[in-house]
Amino acid sequence: MDEKTIIRLQNISVSFDEQPVLQDLNLKISDGEFVTLLGPSGCGKTTTLRIIGGFVKPDSGDVFFDEKPMTALPPHKRPVNTIFQRYALFPHLNVFENVAFGMRVQKRSSAEIRENVAKMLKMVNLTGFEKRSVHTLSGGQQQRVAIARALANHPKVLLLDEPLAALDLKLRKDMQTELKNIQKALGITFIYVTHDQEEALSMSDTVVVMDNGKIQQIGTPQDIYNEPQNAFVADFIGESNILDGVMHADYLVEFFGRKFSCLDAGFEKDEPVDVVIRPEDIDIVEPIKGDLVGTVTAVTFKGVHYETIVDFKGFKWMIQTTDFYDVGRSIGIRLNPEDIHIMKKSAYSGMFGDYSSYSEEFDELADPEADLSEEQEGADEV
Amino acid sequence: MKTLSRIYTALIFLFLYAPIAVLIVFSFNNSKNRVKWNGFTLKWYEDLFHNSLILDSLRVTLEVAVLSAIIATVIGTLAALGIHSMNGKLRNLFLAVNNIPMINPEIVTGISMMLMFVFVFRVTGLLRPGFLTLLLSHITFCIPYVVLQIMPKLRQMNRHLYEAALDLGCPPLRAFCKVVIPEIMPGVITGALMAFTMSLDDFVISYFNAGSTAQTLSVTIYSMTKKPMTPEINALSTLMFGAVMLLLIVVNVRQIRENSKKKKHRS
Repeated sequence: MDEKTIIRLQNISVSFDEQPVLQDLNLKISDGEFVTLLGPSGCGKTTTLRIIGGFVKPDSGDVFFDEKPMTALPPHKRPVNTIFQRYALFPHLNVFENVAFGMRVQKRSSAEIRENVAKMLKMVNLTGFEKRSVHTLSGGQQQRVAIARALANHPKVLLLDEPLAALDLKLRKDMQTELKNIQKALGITFIYVTHDQEEALSMSDTVVVMDNGKIQQIGTPQDIYNEPQNAFVADFIGESNILDGVMHADYLVEFFGRKFSCLDAGFEKDEPVDVVIRPEDIDIVEPIKGDLVGTVTAVTFKGVHYETIVDFKGFKWMIQTTDFYDVGRSIGIRLNPEDIHIMKKSAYSGMFGDYSSYSEEFDELADPEADLSEEQEGADEV
Repeated sequence: MKTLSRIYTALIFLFLYAPIAVLIVFSFNNSKNRVKWNGFTLKWYEDLFHNSLILDSLRVTLEVAVLSAIIATVIGTLAALGIHSMNGKLRNLFLAVNNIPMINPEIVTGISMMLMFVFVFRVTGLLRPGFLTLLLSHITFCIPYVVLQIMPKLRQMNRHLYEAALDLGCPPLRAFCKVVIPEIMPGVITGALMAFTMSLDDFVISYFNAGSTAQTLSVTIYSMTKKPMTPEINALSTLMFGAVMLLLIVVNVRQIRENSKKKKHRS
């Protein structure tokens, strides 16, 4: 892959109604990359995309395309195309005219338009749909028309704003593969916005995790999952047990009053840290053989595995296991050095990673008092 | 119970439409008598079309209605676009301001506009009460109805449509014409028809703003009632009722068609 930077955002800040949406954001995107902006709603990912598309003007900072500034360029002059949320197909035009729209604006010959539209529709498997009204298409088909319409302009960069959010799960999976294939075949840059971490991990070359208008981490999907930089990333990508620990020396961490060897180094002596343990990395053993011993307090069947909540001295962990351990049973766990990941303390420390208040609908709570009232309400209902 | 409610409905419609039915029937009565039926005639309609006063005011009425509908539709469409692009608070404020002329008693609107025209005329010598003041007053009271017809269309429109056109390389004005205008066109047409109907329909505001040189039909009818009435008035009123009725049917059928079209799309 070519490492040339195609889009660069430099010191971008935006506020809406005095509310900061992006704060001093810097981002480089390489040519031909599949980049995903991932984060919860309101994190600024869509705004970032709209700044690249030219629909939002940053209060400060600059956008560069091929190292040429394009901050002042209006949307219709930018060499990028967008696939909007809910597609934004033109309802008064049929499929052919929707796809041909950009070329008609550029005054291409009708032979060229016909040829190119046919090519685009073939790529998205919609040959034969030319005369159909866009109203008569299913969600997935509308999605394909939107892709064909955006790609018909031969953009160097395609921006996708939660393009699959309105589709059902099965179709979403198919479209993920299809989008990835299209991106590989055309070799153009995709900048993809989603709040679905699984989508981000399975499609991207690079994932940009955002929260609160700031980039939390940039990395490959593997980096983001295995080496989260703070408690927010660890919690947002997959499930995580996050504990307070102290780093006594390189490769030696203490938590729950026990010392564990780990693979992390480069911390101060006795530096307080966040310890991340993924629920699927934990081995369950006999209580006597365990590094830690706890009691099962809840079990949920998830199909592939059981989600088991285990109480260790008042701190509840989530463990994913294919074996069933009933509520009330005492179990031991064993932790290998590669199962333990150490993070520096951050503003997010202590906010995530405790499953004490765990329930199906509500799996994170920042406020310990809220935890209490939640539990009391639960008790009242029983 | 069901028959009772049917009878009740029938009675309501009877009270609503009986006077108009009487008017229509007596416009064909072969006598000036307003009580007794003397046989069928089209005499009053013939007289109507030989009465230059009535024909003149018919011409004025139609001219004002067509011109005010067109101008109010253009201004109203632009206003709706402007209001739509405002943020929440400002938008509600402007919608409320837009609604006031519709709730305001017509006589207040009519007199206030007359006072303003007289004032402007006294000070500048422009806007002598006549066709122009009549037209201006009609445009003014029609605009809110146009805005009200177009706002829902703008709200229903996917707000990314315009951006999508820009994104595909369309300059702003062309994007607006190619994407936004077709989307709100049904509202624009309904708005224009509404404005036309309202203008045809109006009496009070016309009465105060027409001056002596340009009278609308309704003002002419009113002045005819001051002299001994002839069934010509019945004939004229019947025609006006028919015209307005026809327009309202057109507006309503359009709306029904559109709704069913939308339902089809959804399913």
